Amino acid sequence: MTTLTLAKAMNLGLRKAMEDDPKVLIMGEDIGKLGGVFRVTDGLQKDFGEDRVIDTPLAESGIIGTAIGLAIRGYRPVCEIQFDGFVFPAADQIITQLAKMPLRSLGKLKLPVVVRIPCGGGIGAVEHHSESPEAYFTHTAGLRVVACSNPVDAYTMIQQAVRSDDPVIFFEPKRRYWDKAEVDTSSAPDTWHPFDTGRVVRQGADLTMLAYGPMVKTALEAANAAAEEGRSIEVVDLRSLNPVDMPLVTESVRKTGRCVIVHEAPVYSGLGGELAARITEQCFYNLEAPVLRVGGFSTPYPPSRLEEHYLPDLDRVLDAVDRAFGY
Amino acid sequence: MTFTTDPLTNPPTDSLSTADQIDLYRQMVRARQFEKRCYDLFLQNLVKGTTHLYIGQEAIATGVSAAMSEGDYTFVTYRGHAHLLVRGTPMGPILAEMLGRSNGLMSGKGGSMHLIDASRGVLGSYAIIGAQLVIANGAAWAAQYKETGQVTVCFFGDGATNIGAFHEAMNFAVIWNLPIVFVCENNQYMEYTPIRSVTAVDRPAADRAGAYGLDPVVVDGNDVEAVYGTAAAAVHKARTGGGPTLIEALTYRHGGHSRADPGKYRPDEELQAWLAKDPIPNYRSALIGRGVAERDLDLIDAQTRHEVDEATEMAKSGGLPADELLWTNLWSDGSSGWRT
Ligand SMILES: Cc1ncc(C[n+]2csc(CCOP(=O)(O)OP(=O)(O)O)c2C)c(N)n1
Ligand SMILES: [Mg+2]
Repeated sequence: MTTLTLAKAMNLGLRKAMEDDPKVLIMGEDIGKLGGVFRVTDGLQKDFGEDRVIDTPLAESGIIGTAIGLAIRGYRPVCEIQFDGFVFPAADQIITQLAKMPLRSLGKLKLPVVVRIPCGGGIGAVEHHSESPEAYFTHTAGLRVVACSNPVDAYTMIQQAVRSDDPVIFFEPKRRYWDKAEVDTSSAPDTWHPFDTGRVVRQGADLTMLAYGPMVKTALEAANAAAEEGRSIEVVDLRSLNPVDMPLVTESVRKTGRCVIVHEAPVYSGLGGELAARITEQCFYNLEAPVLRVGGFSTPYPPSRLEEHYLPDLDRVLDAVDRAFGY
Repeated sequence: MTFTTDPLTNPPTDSLSTADQIDLYRQMVRARQFEKRCYDLFLQNLVKGTTHLYIGQEAIATGVSAAMSEGDYTFVTYRGHAHLLVRGTPMGPILAEMLGRSNGLMSGKGGSMHLIDASRGVLGSYAIIGAQLVIANGAAWAAQYKETGQVTVCFFGDGATNIGAFHEAMNFAVIWNLPIVFVCENNQYMEYTPIRSVTAVDRPAADRAGAYGLDPVVVDGNDVEAVYGTAAAAVHKARTGGGPTLIEALTYRHGGHSRADPGKYRPDEELQAWLAKDPIPNYRSALIGRGVAERDLDLIDAQTRHEVDEATEMAKSGGLPADELLWTNLWSDGSSGWRT
């Protein structure tokens, strides 16, 4: 076991993936010599060379397009999008090609491309640098979408993403990059939590709280605070956003009878809406209260002085908990 | 002023009066001192969020702006504080915006990267690389439709020449013969990566000009008069129906890309060589050599210090925005109702 930050765990996971498979390439803006703005690829170019860790021009669409071409000829590119808001110039290639080519080729062309996106707010940046664009991608059939919330998952999930033959959009909670945890870097892949499953990160009996990425920590804090009032909250880290581990979710909600979904992205048309609908369909007779959602507001992401009002915090989450118990 | 494809060897600066020259100096000093204050306030932890400083590149915004007329349009990047200053936006509100105060230019809602001053034709600071080039074409086209004679000037960095929008914008501007001047501020780096290491040609803008039927125009971006001359020719050309110009202005940012980036990835000799080409002391010496009294320039320095101090006081006096600010101006009626 080693104590690692989430960023360092990502780094070691990528390093391991590159060691394990010479076909793994990393590409993105400022990722080589600099090691990326969050230093997630720190030192990789030095050790694996400029042919495998590639500083690209400033051209997101070109980065993803090139990765697609590499992937259909057998490579496994991992692309870094520097900040969430810069994925939009790449959205064309991701949505029109990356997601659809495998199906279009009747499975003859596989696209094992990973698109890493530091996401979410909380670091005092503004729009383009603090957004949560996951719903655009979960809405697009053909993409696996995942979000890690802690160093252990960062280390294992990035390697699972690289091994996936499907394209993966990989969200990294940028404000948790510096959070630390014990990581077993010698663990065998077959002991890892399966890639497309969620995980119960806190057991509870009265309410299920679904979260992912940066909000898992907030959800755990809320559960601890609620416990002081005698409320037993089960927290599920979804990890995989498409596909979603519905068996795990429904099992938990059937047990607790209440559900609050927390994400940073705006509530309207956010992933929470899809989850709420499915939970209602599948757990209707077990529900004590409507499924409630807590998320960002339907406004563009604000500058730093206002972001603490914007981001769902303990108060907003606990307020939803209160409402769920009020029915 | 007539357009020349080689303004470097033939700078049309004869028309600059001494007063004009002194004003060029003043504007550069204002930009420099303003940015230094931003940096100081950043170190004092008063600037929340990021800032991208313009120190070293002042001659470009200054020289280009001097060639523009009132009513012309300006499009800038996140490295755009100085571009607003030279178009006439007062220092106080810009600085207050850096500090995220409610008396800021955008009421504290924009921050360093999203300054807009439509009243002075500054139609936005853009933080998605390349975005403004295509948008600027739209503004230019509007002016052309309405035959207003307004010229649009669009600034961007060297890094932007590698994104698709740059190439789309050049082609659009040429086929529609738009009254627009594109100014590529080639400061040699994107964020941390030297532009030459990721670009097919040596001159990221000029060497692409030919692909769009444009002349390759390169200017010393640290020579404010050369910039002025080149820009004046291009603006004149645009205003008189001659269509777009793509200018590549060679320069260097003295500091890092943003915030606390110390810029260590740059070789020391390179940095020193460019520091020696600092546009401000060099222009100062040139003016003194032409007989301008040193004390007049000292006075400008002192007046600017005063202006910056006053702006700082004004900015600091502003309150922090109320959280209600989140709920304004999403919709045309000023509200953000409907789906919260
Ligand atoms: C589409 C997009 N991708 C990435 C970024 C992140 N980014 C911000 S500034 C920058 C470098 C820009 O370099 P250049 O165009 O030369 O402008 P400079 O900062 O040197 O003025 C990058 C990559 C961005 N803002 N937009
Ligand atoms: Mg640059």
